[in-house]
Amino acid sequence: MSLLTRNVARCLIQVSSRNIHSTAALANPPTKPQQRVKCTLIPGDGVGPELIYSVQEVFKAADVPVDFEPFFLSEVNPALSAPLETVVESINRNKICLKGILATPDYSHTGELQTLNMKLRNELDLYANVVHVASLPGVKTRHQGIDAVVIREQTEGEYSAQEHETVPGVVECLKVVTEAKSLRIAKFAFDYAVKHNRKKVTAIHKANIMKLGDGLFLRSCEKMAKLYPRIQFEKMIVDNATMQLVSNPHQFDVMVTPNLYGNIIDNISSGLVGGAGVVSGASYSASHVVYEPGARHTFSEAVGKNIANPTAMLLCASKMLRHINLLHYSQQIYTAVNNVLKAGKVRTKDLGGNATTNEFTKAVILSLK
Amino acid sequence: MQATRFFKKLITPSGCVRNFASQTKKVTLIPGDGIGPEISAAVQKIFATAQVPIEWESVDVTPVRNPDGRFGIPQAAIDSVNRNKVGLKGPLMTPVGKGHRSLNLALRKEFDLYANVRPCRSLEGYKTLYDDVDVVTIRENTEGEYSGIEHEIVDGVVQSIKLITEEASKRVAEYAFQYAKENHRSKVTVVHKANIMRMSDGLFLRCCRETADKFPEIKFEERYLDTVCLNMVQDPRQYDVLVMPNLYGDILSDMCAGLVGGLGLTPSGNIGLGGALFESVHGTAPDIAGKDLANPTALLLSAVMMLRHMEMNDKADKIQKACFETIKEGKYLTGDLGGKAKCSEFTNAICEKLA
Repeated sequence: MSLLTRNVARCLIQVSSRNIHSTAALANPPTKPQQRVKCTLIPGDGVGPELIYSVQEVFKAADVPVDFEPFFLSEVNPALSAPLETVVESINRNKICLKGILATPDYSHTGELQTLNMKLRNELDLYANVVHVASLPGVKTRHQGIDAVVIREQTEGEYSAQEHETVPGVVECLKVVTEAKSLRIAKFAFDYAVKHNRKKVTAIHKANIMKLGDGLFLRSCEKMAKLYPRIQFEKMIVDNATMQLVSNPHQFDVMVTPNLYGNIIDNISSGLVGGAGVVSGASYSASHVVYEPGARHTFSEAVGKNIANPTAMLLCASKMLRHINLLHYSQQIYTAVNNVLKAGKVRTKDLGGNATTNEFTKAVILSLK
Repeated sequence: MQATRFFKKLITPSGCVRNFASQTKKVTLIPGDGIGPEISAAVQKIFATAQVPIEWESVDVTPVRNPDGRFGIPQAAIDSVNRNKVGLKGPLMTPVGKGHRSLNLALRKEFDLYANVRPCRSLEGYKTLYDDVDVVTIRENTEGEYSGIEHEIVDGVVQSIKLITEEASKRVAEYAFQYAKENHRSKVTVVHKANIMRMSDGLFLRCCRETADKFPEIKFEERYLDTVCLNMVQDPRQYDVLVMPNLYGDILSDMCAGLVGGLGLTPSGNIGLGGALFESVHGTAPDIAGKDLANPTALLLSAVMMLRHMEMNDKADKIQKACFETIKEGKYLTGDLGGKAKCSEFTNAICEKLA
């Protein structure tokens, strides 16, 4: 008898405790973490600081448990810039970084050929740049229903900063392509395609002219494609690819490109879906991720005018939150931005409206749920 | 320096090179492969109807074995272009792995064709997503990324050399401004990436700046390649004449062609020291060759460009107008433009307007 009562009591307790658990889960999102996360922040040049401010406002309103470690890094303003080593050390520690765009001047005070962007990428070995180009709801563009991913190698190729003037008036600029880095980016692209349920990878090249350099890149992609039989593999010459992009962009799924072509394809496809203000991107190394807008423009003519579109930066932030597993907050911000765009009432100048950056940010905050 | 002299020759009306207008002038015709002969015939027919004072000198450029044992363009073809200074060329097929380099490349080298000019204009009557394109891309054609200097330093590491010289940059810049002036264009934009390639693109940029000083009536603008890519697909109206190094030009000219409906509609001209060669840049389309289905527009508009180059502007305007009107009316459109007409029907429609 006593045994029976004890068992019944235990059952009751278990049921009630389970109930407590489930109500608790409803009240607090399951992903709400106990501790706060640190993130390196580089506002960048041009309108970068204004966009970052917008992100910080939204983070504050949504009570996102992320602490920023801000560093002013700039090549056009070297006197105020934090030393590269400090920034790199911070990113090494935090593993994540939210970054605006760094302006790259045509010359350097020290006569260096390498730009600050290149140095940062090389220092952290941020080899893969991923830009997901997708038509956004409520953003009016000529093309609709675009959904493609551009994966760009960004540590070698044309951006190797090796140039010399052989005789006055004759300059040689080296483009370096290595098998190791080509294989690495190809593997990244195929892995990305597998992970995100994509069907096709297109390698963009100019191997008909640069038979050795682009040839090596193409061969590496072909070699890698053999290891992923379920992903369709295609190759396309870069000039044809740009032509196809503007006339029939829906044929593209995942594109993998060397450095310069990636820059071109990124910008063309960003233009197709609404411009530099709405496309987010990320640069990956083996251990860090730097989130930055997909089309890299500082929009310096708009500094202080309060007209820049913070969509790209907010989407970057949302992606970053997903990466550090704060899924609830990530989704919350993503939905809020999408809702504001879809409603179409608050639009910044680049999307044909008159709203200011602040108004857009406020609208996003108001639609946070 | 050579370039300046060349231009002086071009502009001075008494120069021996360009004094065409008075008598019948010979022009070399390279019909090409695949659909080439059909569309060349179409152009010849239209020119005959318009009574253009041109005599065609048709030559074959199928590679032959030269005395030194290498394959190359037949001497007769080279002589013909050198004599006439002007040529029109249909699409050429480059056989893969036959031991000779691309014929296009060979022609380019042979006649020092240093500038490639590609006007892209939206055509009324053929609807694309872009109906406001009117840009001209001018591309340096002899060096840059396509210099062909490459080597494998160690296994798995390749260097490709992009070569930029002051001489070539200056002459293409000068041509661009000259073109803008002659064709009543208001702005020249240099497309570069001098923030990344500081020395090489920097040199190109500097040459363009120096040339711009000599043409104060033309507006000059500098833009990064990525900015142009981004803006071009959003609002192509903001660009007019674009001048750039080889690779960027290759990419941008094809992209602009994509905006207005593809390579079947865009003409192209190659300006060189030893003459000028106008061509259609589309493929040979072997699948429809000989079926009277091809669209001769690109080659016809290239021929119109050629007339302008030869200062036969009134004939050029007349033919261009007839061509545009026929497309606008939409009664006789070829398959690539969504119509059902044959190449000959389209040609006849243009001829009717000219007669």
